[in-house]
Amino acid sequence: MKKNYLHCLTLIAILLSPLALYPQTNSCIKCHGEMEEKLLAPVEAFKQDIHQKFGLNCSDCHGGNPTEEDIDLAKDKTFKGSPQRKQIPELCSSCHSNSNYMRGFNPNLRVDQSVLYWTSRHGQLLKKGDTKAAVCTDCHGTHGILASTYPKSRTFPWNIPQTCSRCHSDKDYMKDYKISTSQWDDYKESVHAHALFEKKDLSAPVCNDCHGNHGAVPPEVTSIAFVCRQCHPSTGELFSQSPHKKVYDEMGISECEACHGNHKILPPSDEMLGTGEEAVCIQCHEPDSKPYEIASRIKQKLNEFTEKIDYADSLLDRADRQGVEVSEARFELREADTLLILVRNLIHSFNLSEIVKKIEEGEQVLSEVREAGEASLKEAKFRKTGLIIATCFIFLLATALFLKIRQISKKTQA
Amino acid sequence: MKKYIKQVYSYFDIRFKLTDITQFAKKKKVPEHKYSIWYYFGGICLFLFFIQVITGILLLLYYKPSVEAAYESIQFIMGQVKFGWLIRSVHSWSANILIGVIFIHMFSTFFLKAYRPPRELTWVSGFFLLLVFLAFGFSGYLLPWNELSFFATRVGTDIAGTIPLIGKFIKTFILGGADVSGATLSRFFWLHVAILPLFTTIILVVHIILVQILGMSKPLGLPETQVKEVPFFPNFVLKDSLGWMLILALVGVLCVFFPWEVGQKADIFGVTPLGIKPEWYFIFMFNTLKIVPSHVLFLEGEILCVFGFMVGGLLFMLVPFLDRNATRERKSPFFTLAGLIILLYIIIMTALTYLLPNI
Repeated sequence: MKKNYLHCLTLIAILLSPLALYPQTNSCIKCHGEMEEKLLAPVEAFKQDIHQKFGLNCSDCHGGNPTEEDIDLAKDKTFKGSPQRKQIPELCSSCHSNSNYMRGFNPNLRVDQSVLYWTSRHGQLLKKGDTKAAVCTDCHGTHGILASTYPKSRTFPWNIPQTCSRCHSDKDYMKDYKISTSQWDDYKESVHAHALFEKKDLSAPVCNDCHGNHGAVPPEVTSIAFVCRQCHPSTGELFSQSPHKKVYDEMGISECEACHGNHKILPPSDEMLGTGEEAVCIQCHEPDSKPYEIASRIKQKLNEFTEKIDYADSLLDRADRQGVEVSEARFELREADTLLILVRNLIHSFNLSEIVKKIEEGEQVLSEVREAGEASLKEAKFRKTGLIIATCFIFLLATALFLKIRQISKKTQA
Repeated sequence: MKKYIKQVYSYFDIRFKLTDITQFAKKKKVPEHKYSIWYYFGGICLFLFFIQVITGILLLLYYKPSVEAAYESIQFIMGQVKFGWLIRSVHSWSANILIGVIFIHMFSTFFLKAYRPPRELTWVSGFFLLLVFLAFGFSGYLLPWNELSFFATRVGTDIAGTIPLIGKFIKTFILGGADVSGATLSRFFWLHVAILPLFTTIILVVHIILVQILGMSKPLGLPETQVKEVPFFPNFVLKDSLGWMLILALVGVLCVFFPWEVGQKADIFGVTPLGIKPEWYFIFMFNTLKIVPSHVLFLEGEILCVFGFMVGGLLFMLVPFLDRNATRERKSPFFTLAGLIILLYIIIMTALTYLLPNI
């Protein structure tokens, strides 16, 4: 009898099991889907959310029982509702700091965001009770959170400056903090922004590359150079060996920033060097001082070098326009261009003799290119001369033929 | 000296029957009238062909038909080889002028109805020569292995692939595979320096023999009083030579002021450049393909177009057998009008590419 009963129950379970596959009601989505605007927005946004794609739903953050249709039953004792701003880091880190839990979704994902956050300026302000400080949702969004690798995500590299500037460019919002709000405007003009937005170079630095991600703070004076050296190691190394390093450290001047700025880092030009109006050297060095003379000399040598490159290039252009093949000479000229890049980098050593040595290397290459260019122009002239002679000869021959034809025609007519 | 020359001549005369040839040449007469100037275009075609053969043989000294070396060998010829730039530019310019002159020669023959009996086979052999020289142009264009030539060949062979039934086979055969590659380069080189010259020699010999045996055709409707006969040698030959001199001067000027470019090396993984087009002598067909709708009734537009050109070409070749009026020495305004329409179509469709490049 008992056996029969058990068999019956098993059969019923098997027959009813398909019902388990039937999607369970999510009353949160159902109710909010019938509402308007502000209360409907989470439903629309959550469709794209990364949490939704990993099988999480409203109750995983807000609590409650979404299987219950009745609102009072749905909002059971576990229901948290909309968390306050100061509660958000804790709410997010309840999962995102749990490595065992996160491993199940993405073993590669970091779990130290919360630890870093509390060291950041935002975290420190929030700890003191300032709820205007950024929390997780300010950067990542609330219900429509996308993976940072997705181009439409707020934390995708080319969207990060706008994400940060939502607060940092708002003068009213930032007025109590007494910091600049021009960072986004400055950054937009920088060489890094040009690389990021126009060339789509995702390796170009954005806010978090210099300031940190979750542990965002303004870099200290001594650490700015370390930040720049992440991408510009060679330049940094040269600077460390230069006479400026010791002086800058003693005077507390930030290395790269002193000449290149911070947010508005414009494409460097040769005019930044030397003693001209746009030169950065004269910010510190007085006329007639030794460094002033060195700066002037370096600029002069650099100018001479670039002029020689331009001249060689123009020679090859002229020869090319006249139809002479100059691809080999052009290839050699590229070596000179490479040396120019190396010289411009070497400037950060402020070592005149090393710079001059490198320039002389380049000038040797240029002399060969110049020779090839001049030979090409000579060749073009030779071709034209050859053409004139050949054409004259052909026309003489043609004239002779014409006269002969006329003579024969006259004879035939006669 | 004169005695020595006579002895040498006598030696070859006995063995090659030179006297018979010289007697034939002395007796040969050519009609002279207001349209005679069109007769010289055939000779110019021959002259340019000889230039192609000579410059082609010289280029073979340095050209390497492989993907790794073709472009570089052209660069070498243009930059390092003494007068290499001249040989290569002459070869390229002469090729283009030759095809232009072939078209002039063909249409002048058409409008003068020079295909009337007994010269039907002269016309047919001439038509085959046109096809062979277009094939020369198509195969030779790829050999520098630069960006333009690579993609133009790809576009051209894709079109060949649309021929119903046999298109895929033809495309694979021409390319030596599924796409333009090193195998295609070898194959085109083989075509360009071996197969096509062989065909050209055979057909050209037939064409010239026919012209020599049958003489020049007199245009329809010209009164006898306006036509006089002049000796082929030296009158016609001297005038022909004068034309050759002028063409040579033109080629020289073009080579010095507009030497043929080397271009950028082909990248088989690269993107097809915008506005890629074949050489100018295929442009009218290319533009026709562009304007024909993708579907015409139940037929694919591209297939219809290719088929249309094939049928059109066949009909053009068979004109001597279709133009009954000309056969009976009567004017044939229908064929004249058809020829004019075809000529205008070719000119307009070619010119459009250069006047309105964005279309």
